[in-house]
Amino acid sequence: MAKPKLKTHTIDRDWCKGCSICVEFCPKDVLEIDDMDKAVAARKDDCIACKLCELRCPDLAVEVRTDKD
Amino acid sequence: MAVKDYIRERFFPHIWCAGCGHGIVLNSMIRSIETLGMSKNEIVMVSGIGCSSRICGYVDFHTLHTIHGRALAFATGVKMSKPELNVIVPMGDGDALSIGGNHFIHAARRNIDITAIIMNNRIYGMTGGQYSPLSGAGTLATTAPYHNIDPDFDVVKMAMAAGATFVARTTTYHAKETTDMIRQAILHEGFSVVEVMSQCPTYFGRKNRLGSAVDMMKQMKSITAPIGSKAARENPEIIERGIFCQEEKPEYCSEYDKVIERATQGQGV
Ligand SMILES: Cc1ncc(C[n+]2csc(CCOP(=O)(O)OP(=O)(O)O)c2C)c(N)n1
Ligand code: SF4
Ligand code: SF4
Ligand code: SF4
Repeated sequence: MAKPKLKTHTIDRDWCKGCSICVEFCPKDVLEIDDMDKAVAARKDDCIACKLCELRCPDLAVEVRTDKD
Repeated sequence: MAVKDYIRERFFPHIWCAGCGHGIVLNSMIRSIETLGMSKNEIVMVSGIGCSSRICGYVDFHTLHTIHGRALAFATGVKMSKPELNVIVPMGDGDALSIGGNHFIHAARRNIDITAIIMNNRIYGMTGGQYSPLSGAGTLATTAPYHNIDPDFDVVKMAMAAGATFVARTTTYHAKETTDMIRQAILHEGFSVVEVMSQCPTYFGRKNRLGSAVDMMKQMKSITAPIGSKAARENPEIIERGIFCQEEKPEYCSEYDKVIERATQGQGV
């Protein structure tokens, strides 16, 4: 079975509190904190759609959609 | 259904501090319910008071936000009158094991079909960082500025000794494991306890110089290991994660049904 491919990666800027949990634990270093203290998916092309950022975000701010969802 | 279908979006962003582990417990719990495919109407969530207990306000189930330490007493009432509903009780370590200790013991002893989720951040977050029974000896808290002398306590051992029939422990670092354990706890018939070690960067973290929420999660990863694993066997300091007990015993509401039957058939004393 083919691995799911990333369709969209969205971070709700009103809900994100900039805790860095998604950034630190992303296995592919896709995310970073911007100068507004919000997480952004700066390197989306590297994302393997593992959804760990979505599962660990304490603020339910991340949504990862793949071609399988 | 999507995660957002289970929450009351109007109350977001939530009140918890940046990086608070309680948000990860909420996240995992919603995903457990999503995998179970339960309808929102089948679930009653009952909580007491504390940062952890605020979780009730954010989910779109039947919810009761009650009194500090007493959530299990209210939950028992709900379950006894509507045994067909799934009752979930999220609790802080203080809520469950200091002020609510007695309710906890007796809910476990009765083996009533309720799922208790203990969000253990080892401190009273809501009221400003007082030590809890789970802080452990040697830790610092607002009320223990010269280090805590209260010995450690163990949620898992306590739950098992009192009679809970499903007992598990995990951490917020292990979000997938948390989702799976909560799912199994909900499915289990009887009193289920899932201890989720959670970070309070604002009080426990700051007082004990444990760094950021990320640092605290890394620490929970390094100080825990699966039950019986090599790491756990070799290092007595390791806190074990996993399912410690899962057994079938008479459930309280089912036993009470038998009382109703005896009474209606006039078979009393
Ligand atoms: C009867 C009663 N006693 C004391 C309090 C004050 N109080 C509110 S929350 C709390 C403790 C919260 O700690 P915990 O249950 O561990 O949850 P956390 O906030 O850490 O998630 C206390 C002592 C109260 N609200 N009601
Ligand atoms: S984990 Fe969530 S709240 Fe924390 S920085 Fe990432 S998106 Fe923001
Ligand atoms: S889905 Fe996985 S790889 Fe992609 S940003 Fe999130 S954690 Fe990183
Ligand atoms: S005080 Fe602690 S437990 Fe309460 S919301 Fe803040 S980080 Fe979470």
